[in-house]
Amino acid sequence: MMTTSLKTMICTAAMLTLGAGAAAAQTDEKLVVNGETEITTQAPAPAHLDGALDTIYSGWEFRSPATREVQMDDFDNPGMIFVDQARQVWNTADGSEGKSCASCHDDPAQSMKGVRAVYPKWNEDAQEVRTLEMQINDCRTNRMGAEAWGYTDKGMTSMVALISLQSRGMPVNVAIDGPAQSTWEKGKELYYTRTGQLELSCANCHEDHYGDMIRADHLSQGQINGFPVYRLKNAKLNAVHSRFKGCVRDTRAETYKPGSPEFVALELYVASRGNGLDVEAPSVRN
Amino acid sequence: MNRAILSAVCVAAGVGAAAAAEVAPKDVQYGEYGAVEQSLTGQPGDAAAGRKVVGSKSLGNCVACHKISELIDDVPFHGEIGPPLDGAADRWSEAQLRGIVANAKMTFPESMMPSFYKTTGYIRPGKGFTGKAAQEPLPPLLTAQQIEDVVAYLMTLKYE
Ligand code: HEC
Ligand code: HEC
Repeated sequence: MMTTSLKTMICTAAMLTLGAGAAAAQTDEKLVVNGETEITTQAPAPAHLDGALDTIYSGWEFRSPATREVQMDDFDNPGMIFVDQARQVWNTADGSEGKSCASCHDDPAQSMKGVRAVYPKWNEDAQEVRTLEMQINDCRTNRMGAEAWGYTDKGMTSMVALISLQSRGMPVNVAIDGPAQSTWEKGKELYYTRTGQLELSCANCHEDHYGDMIRADHLSQGQINGFPVYRLKNAKLNAVHSRFKGCVRDTRAETYKPGSPEFVALELYVASRGNGLDVEAPSVRN
Repeated sequence: MNRAILSAVCVAAGVGAAAAAEVAPKDVQYGEYGAVEQSLTGQPGDAAAGRKVVGSKSLGNCVACHKISELIDDVPFHGEIGPPLDGAADRWSEAQLRGIVANAKMTFPESMMPSFYKTTGYIRPGKGFTGKAAQEPLPPLLTAQQIEDVVAYLMTLKYE
């Protein structure tokens, strides 16, 4: 405990010194989890970002060394507690059909491998782009006869973390063409729209000023390859749409609702800005 | 009875006088390059009060984006989104600074700097930081008095 807070203090001091000069550089350190899983936290930007960004960086690179370290070992990563809880739920029958997730999907290590990396994803039957949360609730209501979970409820976010973990170390690769394209365009428009009384867009902070300090916060590119994220600040797992809501609120704007078509579109677009970074979930941030 | 009416009239007159001297957000006259010549209150601002507005998170929070060396001991953590404001008064006149603080986009088109004395023309305006919808006109981020106080403070930021 003592050591950690001491470390944090030293890191904060180091960051301040950096902050006083030019924009603080991203780290050269490599993210390796449990000494074995290598995670790509820097990659060439996908083609659709030509002219906007050359290199994409995971939010992990912008955190202090102490915070970065917590994510390198699953025994230290508090996000894993929620994953374990979801593993139990995975095997527990619920709803009128008497089925659990395992009844249809067996072992998530096999059935869910690579799933997170391609979500949000076009669903042909429903003719819509679906997030993982939407797909989970579709299984609950239509296949299990169970109640839908709240979009950012703890149980939902934990289940998303369990599923995402099965893609850890695999590159994000969401499709933005074909039937998903119009949703992607809508998300792009939202990303560049300056909202609220502060008139700020996502791009103002995360494209134009990543690497800069905004008050005491070191701005990242706002990538979502690490979600769900365990935040030291609120000591829980955080869903993508909860983070979006917080950032929109901070522009003194009326937010969109988690699970709304707007945030689904924004999620597809932001995910596509991270095409090439590896899935990290559950990641650790401050 | 008489006295009550009298004082009510006096209060109304007092309020009227203050409002008349103050330039409303929609009436501010920006020059071609964004400067505002006329004081928004008709009176000089208070630099000490302006220093508080600049450093306070719930008011101007200017230090979220700008470093000000003179302030760092009292208010830690300054951002680096905009240029440091050290020596601002050497670079800009009072009218220019008033224009930048009231609505920086008149001086720097597309600037990321928020418009502190503007009440309409927003996309999805919210009630403060609640995330809930708000109706325009919004209260400006800073009052006319606070703008003048901030300008008075900026005028003290000189290199010599
Ligand atoms: C006023 C500045 C600002 C704006 C505007 C803003 N953000 Fe953020 N955002 C932050 C800060 C500060 C953080 C925390 C540090 C970091 O990771 O950048 C953050 C974090 C994030 C994260 C978490 C990244 C991680 O690795 O955990 C995501 C995702 C994100 N923002 C997305 C968005 C999106 C999408 C928008 C627009 C709807 C947006 N932000 C608008 C300031 C902003
Ligand atoms: C969200 C970021 C942000 C906030 C908050 C902010 N500014 Fe700025 N400011 C900027 C940027 C960016 C510029 C550079 C102009 C440009 O190109 O947009 C700027 C420019 C300026 C300048 C001219 C810079 C110079 O010295 O040459 C002054 C003066 C200034 N700001 C004062 C203030 C004051 C006073 C406040 C608070 C009441 C404030 N700013 C709040 C972002 C910000």
